[in-house]
Amino acid sequence: MKVSSDNSSVSETKTRQITFAQAINEAIAEEMRRDPTVFIIGEDVAEAGTPFKVLSGLVKEFGTGRVIDSPISEAGITGIGVGAAMTGMRPIVDIMFGDFLTLTMDQLVNQAAKTRYMSGGKLKVPLVLRTTLGATRRSAAQHSQSLHAWVSHIPGLKVVVPATPYDAKGLLKSAVRDDNPVVFFEDKMMYQLKGPVPEEEYTIPLGVADLKRVGTDITLVATSSMVQVALEAAGILQEADISAEVVDVRTTVPLDKETLIASVRKTSRAIVIDEGYESYGVTAEIASVIAEGGFYYLDAPVRRMGAMDVPVPFSPVLEDQTVPTPDAVAAMAKTLCNKL
Amino acid sequence: MAQTNKKKSGAPKSVSVRDERWLHFYRQMLKIRLFEEEVNQLYLGAKMPGLAHLYIGEEAVAVGVCEALRQTDYITSTHRGHGHCIAKGAKLDNMFAELLGKAAGYCRGKGGSMHIADQESGNLGANAIVGGSTGIATGAALSARMRGTDQVAVCFFGDGALGQGLLYEAMNMAALWKLPVIYVCENNQYNEYTHYSETTAGPLTARAEAFGIRTKAIDGQDVKIVHEAAVKSVEKARRSEGPSFILCNTYRFYGHHVGDIDRAYYRSKQEEEEWKSQRDPIQILGHWLLKNKLADRSSLARIESAIAADIKRAVTSALEAPYPEIHEVRQHVFA
Repeated sequence: MKVSSDNSSVSETKTRQITFAQAINEAIAEEMRRDPTVFIIGEDVAEAGTPFKVLSGLVKEFGTGRVIDSPISEAGITGIGVGAAMTGMRPIVDIMFGDFLTLTMDQLVNQAAKTRYMSGGKLKVPLVLRTTLGATRRSAAQHSQSLHAWVSHIPGLKVVVPATPYDAKGLLKSAVRDDNPVVFFEDKMMYQLKGPVPEEEYTIPLGVADLKRVGTDITLVATSSMVQVALEAAGILQEADISAEVVDVRTTVPLDKETLIASVRKTSRAIVIDEGYESYGVTAEIASVIAEGGFYYLDAPVRRMGAMDVPVPFSPVLEDQTVPTPDAVAAMAKTLCNKL
Repeated sequence: MAQTNKKKSGAPKSVSVRDERWLHFYRQMLKIRLFEEEVNQLYLGAKMPGLAHLYIGEEAVAVGVCEALRQTDYITSTHRGHGHCIAKGAKLDNMFAELLGKAAGYCRGKGGSMHIADQESGNLGANAIVGGSTGIATGAALSARMRGTDQVAVCFFGDGALGQGLLYEAMNMAALWKLPVIYVCENNQYNEYTHYSETTAGPLTARAEAFGIRTKAIDGQDVKIVHEAAVKSVEKARRSEGPSFILCNTYRFYGHHVGDIDRAYYRSKQEEEEWKSQRDPIQILGHWLLKNKLADRSSLARIESAIAADIKRAVTSALEAPYPEIHEVRQHVFA
């Protein structure tokens, strides 16, 4: 466990305010400078720098030999990434929208995730697959999903869900250096979010949750896009005299169970907030971990708040209904604390 | 490659190095044949867990292609992969051990028949998803070029993989980027239990030709023809002249897997007998060796008994070998 990375640990070194997108870009550039086996492959990654402009400028420094524009072939580039990773390279495969993970599934699930185990520990697949999650971009049902639960379900894959520029950069650098396949989810709505990031190099280990806010009455466990929602909810709750602790898991695999359980043993209440579909999702897994590890300390049932179980609708008035909001989280917390 | 020119068991003394090479091909094919027959016996004797997909009848493809490769070159294989593994240099005892789920197996018993991988011989693994390794082989070729080596990658797959989209995505990129990869399609006539003509529209070679990939359709039962095509493709790949596609016409003498005994509903006994009696790749090379006086019947028989003894030793040691420790079940999920 590490407390509040955005404030304490960062303040000791020289920092700047940069966006989430810039943090990703810096992480990749630094890793590509450090290690010649790192390369990027994906659709419109070179001159276009992706539609989100996350990779802008990388092709200028590293050339088209290491920032490779691919055909629109998600399965193919994932497979090529797996083969390259098995033979000495460290590919970063760019899958523009998380919804397109469906197209990569065999290569990710049956190939990348299982190669290490099936080969009895002989082969390894140091692959990073970067993709996106998050709704409310008015992009409708096939460009708005958060499918990180799917890959979190598969043994052999690590799954990263950062919520701040600082975390994104440090976690991505660790992901590139990891000898396992890592699926790295970036919230599309967060790309322009700014935050403090040290000028000096740093990494953040995979599997260590971060206390984004310390509290005593209720634990709000959140991932990626929902961390900001949880922090806003905590602000609302403070006005109602409820002290909320916000735990950002940062990686769903490995999951830092100790930090989750320790927090709930202190607060006795928990809500798990995640933008994946609520049913059979990340929220269910984390709620179970908390229930199993903290049962005797709980004063209320652990509650889940995920995306509504509907295909994400286009119309803004409908779409906004499908994602947990700070007000909804705060209302749920007040109920659990008997303060509604 | 393991056990090459040193074992001249029975070959007439006058043969040249070049001719000795064909005897080596003969040994390699026979090694696959006898290995597979032993696998079938293990299944019939209920000594092997699960199933296996026998390569018998297709030996000329694996041997003809792999003999064109260096140890450092890569292959990816299929669910019907024992032949590719042996041809690329895998050891028989470790293979048997893997099929039996033993700790001495190539994958410590975690992979089994359909997942043998052997990094030392450049085998990136058999693959139980039809067409599933086409991206991996293509990625290995990209990697070879990015690392500045002249390694090549061979992607073995069957006619069934022609139904998978991934193959076309991979071939498109290999052609675009002139990657050193050779796609070897083993058309053994059947997608599991269905003749390929019922599943595959248009000429098979047209698929690769559409990407501008050099394509050749050959008799996959004649190892010399397969080898010649493979050597040419490998040379071109090493010279950065891009990918090739070799369509090998071949036949699966046994069923889809060892348990596929009653096959009359999808193919006739007569068809099977014709292939076995007239198109057996080992017989074809054997006859050629005899005709060209590179071997006589007794020398071929000595080769066979030597391989049979190797097989017996390998299977016996695998049967006696210990299973993995129970705690290993949680090992190797992550590196």
